Amino acid sequence: MLRLEGLKKRYKTGDYALKGVDLEIPNGQVIALIGPSGAGKSTLIRCVNRLVEPTEGKVYLGEMELTTLSSSKLRKARRRMGMIFQEYALVERLTVMENVLSGRLGYVGFWQSFLRKFPKKDIQEAYRLLDRVGLMHMADKRADELSGGQRQRVGICRALIQDPDLLLVDEPTASLDPKTSRQIMRLINELCAERGLAAIINIHDVLLAQMYSQRVVGLKLGEIVYDGKPEGLKPAVLTDIYGEEDWEATIEEVDEDELEEAVE
Amino acid sequence: MSVAESDFPSSWKKPPFIKSPLLRWSIIIGSAIYLALAFGTMDVDWERAAEGLPRGKRFIAAFFPPNFSDNLGVMWDGIFESIWMAIISTVAGIALSVPIGLGAAKNLAPNWVYLACRSIIGGSRTFPEIILAIFAVKLFGFGPFAGFVALSIGTIGFYAKLLAEDIENINPSQAEAIKATGAGWWQWINYAIQPQVMPRMIGLSVYRLDINFRESAVVGIVGGGGIGATLNTAFERYEFDTAAAILLIIIGIVMVLEYTSGYLRKWVQ
Amino acid sequence: MPLIETPDGPVWKRRATKETLIRWFFWLIALAVIAYAWKGISDKTIWFFVQDAPRQAADIGGRMIPPKFSYMSRLWVPVWDTLNIATLGTVIALFIAVPVAFAAAHNTTPHPIVRTIAIFIIVSSRSVNSLIWALMLVFIFGPGVLAGTIAIGLRSVGFCAKLLYEGIEEIDHTQVEAIEATGASRAQQMVFGIVPQVLPTFAGIGVFRWDINIRESTILGLVGAGGIGLELSGSINTLAWTQVSMILLVILSTVIVSEWVSAKVRGAII
Repeated sequence: MLRLEGLKKRYKTGDYALKGVDLEIPNGQVIALIGPSGAGKSTLIRCVNRLVEPTEGKVYLGEMELTTLSSSKLRKARRRMGMIFQEYALVERLTVMENVLSGRLGYVGFWQSFLRKFPKKDIQEAYRLLDRVGLMHMADKRADELSGGQRQRVGICRALIQDPDLLLVDEPTASLDPKTSRQIMRLINELCAERGLAAIINIHDVLLAQMYSQRVVGLKLGEIVYDGKPEGLKPAVLTDIYGEEDWEATIEEVDEDELEEAVE
Repeated sequence: MSVAESDFPSSWKKPPFIKSPLLRWSIIIGSAIYLALAFGTMDVDWERAAEGLPRGKRFIAAFFPPNFSDNLGVMWDGIFESIWMAIISTVAGIALSVPIGLGAAKNLAPNWVYLACRSIIGGSRTFPEIILAIFAVKLFGFGPFAGFVALSIGTIGFYAKLLAEDIENINPSQAEAIKATGAGWWQWINYAIQPQVMPRMIGLSVYRLDINFRESAVVGIVGGGGIGATLNTAFERYEFDTAAAILLIIIGIVMVLEYTSGYLRKWVQ
Repeated sequence: MPLIETPDGPVWKRRATKETLIRWFFWLIALAVIAYAWKGISDKTIWFFVQDAPRQAADIGGRMIPPKFSYMSRLWVPVWDTLNIATLGTVIALFIAVPVAFAAAHNTTPHPIVRTIAIFIIVSSRSVNSLIWALMLVFIFGPGVLAGTIAIGLRSVGFCAKLLYEGIEEIDHTQVEAIEATGASRAQQMVFGIVPQVLPTFAGIGVFRWDINIRESTILGLVGAGGIGLELSGSINTLAWTQVSMILLVILSTVIVSEWVSAKVRGAII
């Protein structure tokens, strides 16, 4: 469903953030992308929807090659890829409802969106999603009145209302407390399962990565150094990705129940 | 996912910015009425405007090219007069501002001094420099001296106020520490207050020099000397090409001043 | 703060010798410039008038008291005009300033050349005082409120556009990125990602400038551009000093009221 071929990104400074990444993600698979800061995780998912223009290589979404698309075709392609951000990236001065509906911007015309006249179907879907994440009563609140966890739920709704085939998730838990982090990760997992979505989740928390993904990809200095099952993350592998450290405590056997609950 | 379609509302309206509908509508209608009235009272004399149009064209045409040569001597005189005026009024204004600013800082001065200095500041801030200039011209006669007085008073209102506010906002623990050493009042000012407010005050004086130059270009219109007087004369004689040249010179000097003052302020801080 | 070795042992001085010299040199030059500037002014001053000034001041001051309160009935219309010049001028300026600001901000400008033009508009509008704008416009449109309104508008464009484009450049870019990622067009990114972020800034700038414009529009009449300044210059020219003091009182209260209103409105917005 998503295929990266020899993806390279070189910044103006001359540094390579990605040094030729090959990766294939089948339909409905949730993968966790782990790696130290500066490994190129954010750059990788931004190269997929071309928020960052890749320097070299190809990105296939289904049969479509994305890197050569014209800007109007790119906009159509972006509708199929929902994105969830690290610091939520909600437009803080708009209401929750407007933030969710902004996920439909790729589908409606300019004046329609300017006058906030979204199709009935979209509004119903927005309410349904807000209800699903438990924020129905917050629809008319301004986004900056919400707590971190609530904001991230709105961010998830915004991504899902695009009706995407793929979710690009950039450090969804970076600014959340441990409990909320787990809730958000579980929610993303459940929703991916409900809708058969594939997802790439950047995450720096190894434990969360193991708990909530079917496949883990380790990135180091712009190259893939691990690609396999979550259970395969042995101390040697983690040392490979992050460098020397005592990893035993990090990869304690994950509670079976919790794992089950997580992938449900 | 099994909830029926109809369970979710299919319409949504953005909640209005002003919650109370009465207040909202009275503001909307009130502003509409005001705008209608305001535009209504603007008696545009179309004939006069049509008459002025060729003049406007002539004026714009005068910029291509502006005439720098015919009145060069007068222009130089005006420019230097403006620059001298700006420098002297900044220096004099700041020299007067320092004692007044010290007196207007609540944490330094006794109450009666504070009130006296605050009313001086309030008085000199009330009226625009140009009105001050009108009176200065009445008192001191035409010429740059009147402009100098007007700009100096304007400088006091600006500089003494900011100085006083800055002193009121200093870090009190530093001031306390110096006091604790047994320093006298002047020593205390010199060691505790001055180092804290100095960098910003230097920056502000450069900024004020910039303002005073701009203002010196207009006090001339009411007889206060400087380039403004030259400009006014050029307009009155319909020498648009000279006026254009003067305007370009003003814009040029203001731009140079703005860049230098911005650069200096960054350098000082 | 160097220690200087002398035969009597080290001596502490605040500055090194060279630095001290440079400082003295700097002060010397500054003094020379000031002296020269003072000479430039005093050469053109008739000192007899200056000596006579205190007597003049006492004379005029005496004539100004008491203000002619009955004159107020003729001042309502000029005050209304002044208010309109300031308000409509601000409205006009805001309408022009918005596109100029978007063209001038690094993150929204369509092209570097457009940005250069926008910056040029801002700089030239800011460099010319509103009184000079009015002087020019009175020549074109004739004396009256229209020239004053346009003068205020032209002067305010640069001010508003400058503050607004700085506001646009300071927005949180990830919010815009998030909108872009949904497949929104550039126009939609503007409306959903950028405008909500700068709207409060925009409103604040408008009110701030309106307050300044009230002050400025009180003096435009001096060059014939309408408003209360027209009465002021008329009264001064006819030496009607009790009217002058009345007008000054009115200007003072207008300025105080406008300051109060703008503080209230800004408090409500932000």
